[in-house]
Amino acid sequence: MTFSYEILLLLLLLVTAAGAIMVKDLLSSVLLLGSYSFFLALVWAWLGAVDVAFVEAVVGAGLATVLFLLTLFGTDPKDTRLRRPPPSLAKLIVFPLLGVLLLYAASDLPGFGDPNSPASIHISPTYLEQSYQDTLTPNVVTSVLMDYRSLDTMVETVVIFSAGIACALLLRRDT
Amino acid sequence: MIRPHDSIIVQTLGRFLIPVVQIFGLYVLFFGQYGPGGGFVGGVILGTSMILSVLIFGHDASRSQVAKKVLHGDGVGMLVYAGVGGLCMIGGGEFLNYANLEIPGLEAASRRSLGIVLTQIGVALDVAVTAVSIVFSLSTEEIIEESING
Repeated sequence: MTFSYEILLLLLLLVTAAGAIMVKDLLSSVLLLGSYSFFLALVWAWLGAVDVAFVEAVVGAGLATVLFLLTLFGTDPKDTRLRRPPPSLAKLIVFPLLGVLLLYAASDLPGFGDPNSPASIHISPTYLEQSYQDTLTPNVVTSVLMDYRSLDTMVETVVIFSAGIACALLLRRDT
Repeated sequence: MIRPHDSIIVQTLGRFLIPVVQIFGLYVLFFGQYGPGGGFVGGVILGTSMILSVLIFGHDASRSQVAKKVLHGDGVGMLVYAGVGGLCMIGGGEFLNYANLEIPGLEAASRRSLGIVLTQIGVALDVAVTAVSIVFSLSTEEIIEESING
């Protein structure tokens, strides 16, 4: 077994994701979701997407957990236990079928790291070859995000800004 | 309103950890051009350090004053980001085309590098302020008081 470490990681990912959905207490669910984000960050790092892994670890496992916990402590303590109705027959039939369909479609995807996949032959080579001469920035991800696609990043910043403003308008009373 | 935490262990560790977290956030922010990281992550880490100080020392402690002052900075990050774009337009180019930043003695590539740093600072400011602002919104006095009394 050469891939035992990766398989263990994916198993932990599945277990924490299922646990976050199935567990009866909201507090445990939040903490399981945090550990799910942490394992997901490890999976991103394993796939080579270090920047995404960084964001996932910091935002998913750190900030989102704190926000969820603050929201939970702000609500009535009696509300934290969950009552779920058992799934209906239609759900039990439709969702496995959807899963089979997705697995069938996944067999057509290009292999991981395939140099001939559409994503790697369109514009990525241009970025990889020219970004250092253009921007003197060794990290290609940063130069794409902040220079080639700078306008997109600016509008993402506007989205974060409006999220903060909306939270303040909805929740803050008088401070 | 969040009260200070009672435990001496939490307080001492917080006193020690918060500056380390802040320095790491600045490192991630300015190292984003050479390794993993960048404005978004750096901003979240800086915001998280201020949230940590609010959670440990309470809303009214002197250590949390920075977090309270930061709340008035809504939109400064956006202003920095869009301001760099505007400077590029003043320099005679398109919006956010950093090669047109009018700085004498720098080549086009160095100007682009500088523009990336400036916009990353803008993103980091925006994200940090938003994180602190959401935490303050979620922990206003009335909501927490109700949960204690009810």
